[in-house]
Amino acid sequence: MAKRGDVVIDIEKCKGCEVCVSACPQEVLALAPEVNKKGYHYAVKVNSDCTGCTNCAIVCPDAVITVYREK
Amino acid sequence: MSENLITPENLVYQKTEAMTDRILHYCPGCGHGTAHRILAEVIEEMGIQEQTIGVAPVGCSVLAYYYFNVDMQEAAHGRAPAVATGIKRVFPDKYVFTYQGDGDLAAIGTAETIHAINRGENILIVFINNGIYGMTGGQMAPTTLQGMKSSTSPFGRDTKTMGSPLKITELIAQLPGAYFVTRQAVHKPANVRKAKKAIKKAMEYQKLNKGTCFVEIVSNCPSNWKMTPVQSNKWMEENMFPFYPLGDIKVPEDK
Ligand SMILES: Cc1ncc(C[n+]2csc(CCOP(=O)(O)OP(=O)(O)O)c2C)c(N)n1
Ligand code: SF4
Ligand code: SF4
Ligand code: SF4
Ligand SMILES: [Mg+2]
Repeated sequence: MAKRGDVVIDIEKCKGCEVCVSACPQEVLALAPEVNKKGYHYAVKVNSDCTGCTNCAIVCPDAVITVYREK
Repeated sequence: MSENLITPENLVYQKTEAMTDRILHYCPGCGHGTAHRILAEVIEEMGIQEQTIGVAPVGCSVLAYYYFNVDMQEAAHGRAPAVATGIKRVFPDKYVFTYQGDGDLAAIGTAETIHAINRGENILIVFINNGIYGMTGGQMAPTTLQGMKSSTSPFGRDTKTMGSPLKITELIAQLPGAYFVTRQAVHKPANVRKAKKAIKKAMEYQKLNKGTCFVEIVSNCPSNWKMTPVQSNKWMEENMFPFYPLGDIKVPEDK
């Protein structure tokens, strides 16, 4: 079984570009209906299937995603 | 998932310290940010933050010096390879890179690009090819594709009157001073990993003093292409990659 992971998204720095959403093989991410202070729909987790693969974080142009994976 | 996985032991990815905490001014989804980050990650992983000097261009990445947590110098438009030449010759033990767009490197700076590489300057040139002048409002660049619309080719680039898109990377690969030349992308996880490996190789080669390393990154400009970031990446795959195919163009013969 794949390891379990989690992501932390700095939502105020997110620009809602959606590049991370399609990069996630587990369909963990989506854009929130709400907006941040800059008016961007920010990325949020929509399920707990994260494996900590880091795909989302390495394609994020603004480096706002931090990734954790169980040891 | 009740158990908390967010602990220091489980940390597998965070923003590199070789980048500052400034918020990037780039448009949402612009490849410039990702390109900056992987270059910064290589600098951090190689432990050369104190020994690296970068040269910023004119173009959207004109403010690159705000984001790289290393010594940086701004150059006049297109002159980064000349400025980097001076820096490298004064500090031959430093790792010196330029970071340049296609307007900067392949239009106004063509002479500097070609002559620095022809001299085999031991620098790394990172070349962001988005086929357009991003910063100034989407004018046609030498790299703009045939038929591609821009603010100065509103009906699409007509090669009869505007010339063909310039494959500057293939061109400079012919020069004896070019040691390692490769073309990469940063829009998908696999591409990001490959591009980072290429940049790392290029930085490591700088120690050998064997010539210029040149890493092109075919990138997007969602704002001036007038697409969403996700659409722009798809458009790039379908239109830019066939003309600018990804992969190594010149690899060291002695490797
Ligand atoms: C001497 C001079 N000529 C023209 C300009 C206007 N100018 C600023 S950026 C730019 C082109 C930038 O395009 P590119 O290098 O492709 O960078 P991008 O913004 O696409 O990343 C031009 C023509 C300038 N700043 N200085
Ligand atoms: S780390 Fe991998 S699985 Fe987790 S959200 Fe990011 S892309 Fe999805
Ligand atoms: S890639 Fe980064 S900036 Fe873009 S939506 Fe995802 S978290 Fe936000
Ligand atoms: S104008 Fe284009 S190249 Fe410049 S930051 Fe915006 S998307 Fe990126
Ligand atoms: Mg450009």
